[in-house]
Amino acid sequence: MRRGFASAAAAVMLVAVAVWAAPAPAATQPAPAATQVDENIVQDVASQLRCVVCQSLSVADSPSETANQMRAIIRERLAAGDSPEQVRAYFVEKYGDWILLSPPKSGFTLLVWVVPFVGLGIGLVLVAITVRRWSRTPQAAAPSQLDPAVRERIRREMSEMDKS
Amino acid sequence: MRWAIPAAVVPVLVLLAYGFRTDPREIPSPLLGRPAAAFSLTTFAGSPLSLEDLRGKVVMLNFWASWCVPACYEEAPALERTWRAYKDKGVMVVGVDVQDKEEAAREFLRRFDHSFPNAPDPRGRVSVDYGVYGVPETFFIDRKGRVRFKHVGALTDEIARRHLDALLKEPS
Repeated sequence: MRRGFASAAAAVMLVAVAVWAAPAPAATQPAPAATQVDENIVQDVASQLRCVVCQSLSVADSPSETANQMRAIIRERLAAGDSPEQVRAYFVEKYGDWILLSPPKSGFTLLVWVVPFVGLGIGLVLVAITVRRWSRTPQAAAPSQLDPAVRERIRREMSEMDKS
Repeated sequence: MRWAIPAAVVPVLVLLAYGFRTDPREIPSPLLGRPAAAFSLTTFAGSPLSLEDLRGKVVMLNFWASWCVPACYEEAPALERTWRAYKDKGVMVVGVDVQDKEEAAREFLRRFDHSFPNAPDPRGRVSVDYGVYGVPETFFIDRKGRVRFKHVGALTDEIARRHLDALLKEPS
C-alpha cells in the first residue's frame, strides 16, 4: 500500500528549514518576497496542474503540504523569470502529461477533444438524411394492391350510399 | 442504416478494451533515460550530499517517510541489506526523507539501523525534480548519471539486485 504525502504541520516545516542548508541548484534564487510575483499568475498556473497526492484536485485547490510545496516552486520559478508556460513545461518534464488537468490537444488525447464534435457532426448528418427520407416517402405513394373484386365492391356500396 | 449500429458500437468497444487494459494508477515516468536531476542536500548526520559527487557510481535513490506505513517499513530492511551487499561494488544508496518530522525520521533511521546517507528534502524540491508522487519510490541511476529505472512501492532485495546488477554490468 502506498500513501500520498501527509500534510505536515507548518511548525514541522520550520524545524525542517532549520536543518536545510544548501538550496537545490535548480532553484537559483532564494525564496523571493511574495510581492514580486503576481499571486494571480501563481494561482493560474497552479489551477492547471494536478495535485500529485489528491489526484482529482488541482494544485490551486488542494490544501495538502505537497500542493503547498508545488505552489512555492511555481512562485519561485516565476520570480526567477520563467514564463507561466515554462513553469508548466517544467512540471510536464518531471511528471509527464499526467500532471496537466486538461489533456493536451495532441497525440492520443487529441481524441478527447475531437471525438465529441465528430460524433455531433455524424449525428446531424444522420438526422438530415433521415428527415429527407421521411419527407420523400409519402409523395411516392405506392400503387394500391387492392384486389379488383374488393375495389368493385367498394364502388358499388359507395354508389348505393349516394342513392340512399 | 443497418451498418449504423455496428459503426457506432465498435469504436466504443475498441476504446473500452484499450481503457480496461491500462492501469489508471500507473503513471509512467518521463524521466527514464534522461539525466538525473542534480541535488545537494545535507544528511541527518550533517554532511553534504550531492549527486555530482556520486558520478561514476551506480546510485539507488530512495524516497521515503516515517509516516509511510506499511510500505516504507516493509522495504527498509531490504534497503540496508542491499547497501551492505553492494557498497564495495561501486553502488551508492541514498535515502531522501519527504515531508517528515525530523525526530520521527531520525527514529526511523535508528530503528532500521540505516548506515547509508539519508537526507531530508524539506521544501520538496528534490521530490518534484524526480516527479515523485508518493512514497516509497526508488530510482536507479547509472554511472553516467541517467535515470534508468523507477520502482514504485516497497522495494525488495530481488528487485534491487536485478536493477543494480544490470547497471553494474554496463561499461562505465
